[in-house]
Amino acid sequence: MKHILVARVENKPGVLNRVASLFRRRGFNIDSLTVGETEVPEISRMTIVVDTSRTDATRVVHNLYKLVNVIEVEDITERPSVVRDLVLLKVKADARTRPEIIQLTEVFRGKVVDVAPDSLILELTGEEEKIRSFIEVMRPFGILEMVRTGIVAMTRGSSPNGHVPLRGNGAVV
Amino acid sequence: MELTGAEILWECLLREGVEVVFGYPGGAILPTYDAMNFYPVRHVLVRHEQGAVHAADGYARASGRVGVAMATSGPGATNMVTGIATAMMDSSPIVCITGQVPTAAIGSDAFQETDVTGITLPITKHNYLVTDVRELAQVVKEAFYIARSGRPGPVLIDLPKDVQIARTEFVYPEGPVELPGYRPRTVIPPEDLERAVELINSARRPIILAGHGVLMSGAMRELREFAERGRIPVAQTLLGLGNFPASHPLCLGMMGMHGEAFVNQAIQEADLLLAFGMRFDDRVTGNVKTYAPKARKIHVDIDPSELNKNVKVDVGIVGDLKAVLQELLPHVEPIDRSAWLEQIDEWRDDTRRRDILNWDGGGKLWGAHVIHDIWRATEGNAIVVTDVGQHQMWEAQYYRHEQPFTLITSGGLGTMGFALPAGIGAKLARPDAEVWVIAGDGGFQMTQAELATAVQERVPIRIAIINNAYLGMVRQWQEFFYEKRYAATPLVNPDFCKLAAAYDIPAFRVTRREEVIPIVEKARQVDGPVLIDFVVEKEDIVYPMVPAGADLHAMIRRPVSEHGQKEVTP
Repeated sequence: MKHILVARVENKPGVLNRVASLFRRRGFNIDSLTVGETEVPEISRMTIVVDTSRTDATRVVHNLYKLVNVIEVEDITERPSVVRDLVLLKVKADARTRPEIIQLTEVFRGKVVDVAPDSLILELTGEEEKIRSFIEVMRPFGILEMVRTGIVAMTRGSSPNGHVPLRGNGAVV
Repeated sequence: MELTGAEILWECLLREGVEVVFGYPGGAILPTYDAMNFYPVRHVLVRHEQGAVHAADGYARASGRVGVAMATSGPGATNMVTGIATAMMDSSPIVCITGQVPTAAIGSDAFQETDVTGITLPITKHNYLVTDVRELAQVVKEAFYIARSGRPGPVLIDLPKDVQIARTEFVYPEGPVELPGYRPRTVIPPEDLERAVELINSARRPIILAGHGVLMSGAMRELREFAERGRIPVAQTLLGLGNFPASHPLCLGMMGMHGEAFVNQAIQEADLLLAFGMRFDDRVTGNVKTYAPKARKIHVDIDPSELNKNVKVDVGIVGDLKAVLQELLPHVEPIDRSAWLEQIDEWRDDTRRRDILNWDGGGKLWGAHVIHDIWRATEGNAIVVTDVGQHQMWEAQYYRHEQPFTLITSGGLGTMGFALPAGIGAKLARPDAEVWVIAGDGGFQMTQAELATAVQERVPIRIAIINNAYLGMVRQWQEFFYEKRYAATPLVNPDFCKLAAAYDIPAFRVTRREEVIPIVEKARQVDGPVLIDFVVEKEDIVYPMVPAGADLHAMIRRPVSEHGQKEVTP
């Protein structure tokens, strides 16, 4: 099972290195780690996806807390949350296949962000499952290049507490 | 008032109550050393930066205060690494200060540049690279706070040369340190306490596993009350020795790989383990799959990441041990557990029969006998600083520690060469105490250069080398597990008495049992450092032994008949 951890960390040089070094040293298996700024300039936010078949998420949380620069860690797996990943796909496209690719992208509510004579760049945001199926749909056309941001997540509602956890991973598309 | 970074550093160190700094100067730390001349701090010049860190570590463990070590950039800083890792593994509060090349040169592979904050990232509790002199005072204050609070540990401050020289208005940050991401937890969930009390009062064969955390939390009295009230026997970890008086009827002594067999037997048969401030190290548990199979487990530790790390527990309580025990104490019912204690005594009798102390030694000198005699001569009152290996285990078995903070040893990292420099630090922390450095001939040579430090700084430590001309513990493993193929374990040693003489240190050599106590007594009268070379039996074994990863009850025991022991009271 995948666990999604959200960590609020001090926005200081080397903090990402501390987190990465911790995962390496303790042998934690991480599916993805994203980091970016937040509403507070002094604080960055990390979204960490842990594969709990190989790594105990609680151990990851406890060890993250040992880092002085880590302010707060939350396992939001069981909480109603919005979970998003973004993919950019460069797909082979000619006059014959282009309309079909664009049409499929629209079905997925993706966007065409670049058009070249022999390729397209497609952008899609969504949950992991949706992105995976989009990639599978595009694969036959010939994927030239792919990049993903990794998962970012946010719990629903205005208060960080008080939600009734949903079943499963609590995520809604 | 405007001060330089170097001056600000010393101002802050004084405000932390620092009296002694162990260090070694060099180019990138020169401004700080120059400023030191104007501050009332004792600097102890070591002979290798590893020694500075071990000395600061020994100072910290003997005094309960934060030890301070200082070195220059590059090799000075990298030489500290072993010492820092040692302190990290044993949760020892030290602050290391390293010089760094000027900020403009960082990243350019400048002369004596090394990425010391990168190198020490996984072996420090926290570290800092100070790039702005205006942050320095705050950083020093945070460093000391982090080092000594919560689960203590080493903190490193890397200080570029230009930051040491730069001037700024010195404003000391008054008030408590507040770090958004560092809040050593203090609230103990009442439901955990309730569950623990339930298990404690229903246990028939409980055993306390008392670790280093008892000492660091200062929970010695609470531990004793707890054990006495519940009539619960106490086994100790290596670093826990001294947390409970060895002569107490409920004291079992050390557990684990070289713990006495009856202690491990008791753990394997117990129905409840009360793990207080210990971390179920693999040297303590042996094979975790077969560890204490009949026991429920309660684990109290200040570090939440230790709970369920090695051993799954039924109740895990995160908190300061002293506070947790104070909460639990009123609820511990006085229960008659005499059947359990009698059972343990029965096992203990078997251990006693095999004890080497029951044997006169057959005219030879044995390491265990030497330790036992040092214990007798010092009446168990010395601070003993040990190195790593056979002598360390004999010390743990035969020097009976009545008082807390009287054993200083590298437990987690197992750092050879620790004893001599750590002993110097311990003696400077506790000048009133008698400090014995006990080391093997192998480990002693790793840091023997610090003899010069002891002389130059006039540190009157007593050094006992348990000399078997082997890397004894490694040789023991080779004997047991590699069919006596002694690869790289025999040592051709210098004459340690002559070596001591070169430093003007009085020295004695002991080769016979009957000489041990008279020579130890003689050494105790020496004014200044003194060394005794105990030439012991070469191929001796530390019994009992749980082979690495084996079941705790699968011990290699000393054969009853080996020495044809007679029942002799030592």
